[in-house]
Amino acid sequence: MAFLRPTTWPEALAAKAELPGAVPIQGGTDVMVEINFDVRRPEALLDLTRVAELARWSETGGRLRVGAGVPYSRVIGELGDRLPGLAQASRTVGSPQIRNRGTVGGNLGAASPAGDSHPPLLAGGAVIEVESAARGVRMIPAEEFYLGVKRSALEPDELIRAFHAEPATGPQYFSKVGTRNAMVIAVCSFALALHPAERRVGTGIGSAAPTPLRARAAEEFLAAELDWAAGLAPAGLAPGVLARFGELVSEAAAPIDDVRGTAGYRRHALAVMARRTLTWAWNDYRKAREQCA
Amino acid sequence: MDETTRESPPSRRAFLSRSLTAGAGLAALGGTGTATAAAPAVAAAAAVDPPETLPVSLTVNGRRRTLRTDPRTSLLDALREDLGLTGPKKGCNQGACGACTVLLDGTRILSCITFAVMFEGAEITTVEGLADGDRLHPVQRAFVEHDGFQCGFCTSGQITSAVGLLAENPRPSTAEIKELMSGNLCRCAAYPNIVAAVESAAEGRS
Repeated sequence: MAFLRPTTWPEALAAKAELPGAVPIQGGTDVMVEINFDVRRPEALLDLTRVAELARWSETGGRLRVGAGVPYSRVIGELGDRLPGLAQASRTVGSPQIRNRGTVGGNLGAASPAGDSHPPLLAGGAVIEVESAARGVRMIPAEEFYLGVKRSALEPDELIRAFHAEPATGPQYFSKVGTRNAMVIAVCSFALALHPAERRVGTGIGSAAPTPLRARAAEEFLAAELDWAAGLAPAGLAPGVLARFGELVSEAAAPIDDVRGTAGYRRHALAVMARRTLTWAWNDYRKAREQCA
Repeated sequence: MDETTRESPPSRRAFLSRSLTAGAGLAALGGTGTATAAAPAVAAAAAVDPPETLPVSLTVNGRRRTLRTDPRTSLLDALREDLGLTGPKKGCNQGACGACTVLLDGTRILSCITFAVMFEGAEITTVEGLADGDRLHPVQRAFVEHDGFQCGFCTSGQITSAVGLLAENPRPSTAEIKELMSGNLCRCAAYPNIVAAVESAAEGRS
């Protein structure tokens, strides 16, 4: 089996063009489990850890560009203030050892419906930068990236270079259900982002459909119901709004029964997580408004 | 440290020739004799006898080591099988138990779910490299003092993980220790003593 070790991005693209069957690896934490158990025997492996630029992130013009090789531990430590939803999700990935190696880029490449980074990327409106030697760069909104169970919009000759996202302008929360507090693949998960400047709500549902997905009806309902200007209203959120938001999130999912949980449980848990994250986010929003007032 | 055996990162030519070799190998398997004959001599020769191992040179516990290994070999297997370092254990082989924890340039990682050939030029520390001769590392002493184990199978991973944890966060709270040691399972459930040992090491009491 060929093991390709490019040291620059153009070399990496050339290698992927030449051997589209080569499996890219960053931390290796996903790919190698399958190889150890002989579930997968790729014709070649493409080690991207020597392409130094992939391990960098930058902020230009109020937008973050995070290289595909930045590990979760650095997302938490260096970007936690700007991408709080993604940082919260990153804290729930595997264990510290796995967070030191695993990357958002690898999570995107695997495109598992249970991947922890997907819900916050959807809620935050992230865009995935992919590139091929033949056709150059494509910018794919997260929502259009996930096509099926472990299938993404990535073409065989393309590699994920980075993701782009705006630093949070409002509260963001991530919630995940698992059998314990660590080393857990999500039974289901949910991310919420409030975008007060546009009076918009972002959502992301994980592990409750063939792909991670947004709950669009829930987003539109909530954006219209929230009292963005006041925020100060002492009553906070009307119970009816909370309940309806939970229902709409739950209805957006298309879960199945599997080893980790039943479809019915997932629908129930999603409504709970939607109500909880909304309560946390709205409390933060109101607190911030009070401090400004 | 023997610096002369250290390899520079592969050149563009080196890695492209590898991929060409692999491509020619596939053509030779599925294609016609003409296609094989038309391939460059070097690729055709390599297609008959494809290279199955790659060299990797890394520093393990302060010592420069060079080996040739199948590219699919995990760092754990290379340490245990090729270098005879059996401190890192193979518990689950899928990144769930933490028994294979080693330090990469001081950062804790799981050696079972990473390829050995990715660590060209890297510095790896296993549990064998923690003690200073007969003088135990403070975390090792703390585990002995607090009886932080029963059967001992997970202990080398627990200790290495705790050393990595204290490098990340030198004064963790008890709650943080529990959270940040959660990637290391102990089937004997010596957890209270493990937490006590890490606390003691963090406070410099061991």
